[in-house]
Amino acid sequence: MAKTLTLVLMDPPYEKETTTTGFRIIESALRQGHNVKVFAYEGAVNLTMKDQQPHPNPVKGTTVEQEQHPTTKDWVAALFRMGSGSPKLEWINCGLCVDERGAGNWIEGPRRGGPKELAEWVQATEATLVIPTK
Amino acid sequence: MSKKVLSIVETAYRGTLEEQDDTILWLNHALKNNGLDVAVLLRANAVNYAVRGQDASGLRFGEGALAHPPEIDKDVEALVRKGVKVFLVTEDARERGIPDEKLLPGVEKLGRAQIPSLFQRFDQVWHW
Repeated sequence: MAKTLTLVLMDPPYEKETTTTGFRIIESALRQGHNVKVFAYEGAVNLTMKDQQPHPNPVKGTTVEQEQHPTTKDWVAALFRMGSGSPKLEWINCGLCVDERGAGNWIEGPRRGGPKELAEWVQATEATLVIPTK
Repeated sequence: MSKKVLSIVETAYRGTLEEQDDTILWLNHALKNNGLDVAVLLRANAVNYAVRGQDASGLRFGEGALAHPPEIDKDVEALVRKGVKVFLVTEDARERGIPDEKLLPGVEKLGRAQIPSLFQRFDQVWHW
């Protein structure tokens, strides 16, 4: 039977392996048919910024095409494609965190919210996992 | 009935000047305002959050002054007034040379050996 996991992410992109771990957990849960609700808090609101761009690697001498540098917005977009129906992925970006970072231009999928929605998710879902910034 | 959630706050003074507060204490206060039954356990460097009389004022870069410096001790007091249970690990305070008389009243002190039984009182434990 499908269950629903609430996941709280806090790290900004390209700083910690915990972000990739969080994405692995989301992917695994969706693949096993479980719903996932992600609350992106503080720097994690930058994970879905639409303006992220891949870059070349001057150390390796590779072009942007050769490098195929991953962006967190593309990974999240791929997770949204996995969770577009049943199982379902929902993603809330903390609105105040977005405002203080000027990080309001997102890919399709996330919506704005706050502690009220997180409190409702915690009450309604089977488990909550927080992955904080250390 | 609301789920009971214990937040272990361990990482201290993370962006508190930029945010003018601690973001995890703030989040717990907001969750409490929205009906979630939350409690806070201060451990490691975060035990300093319960020390009375903190003063982070005076930050200025050129003409830009920080108008409202964080007042973490007052934020902890506000949580207690709100009905949030706040716990503190005594050994962590002692190891940092924090005497009992400097700690805020209303913060409940417990030893490391009592932490497992504290966990039993909650549906979820979040480690920040």
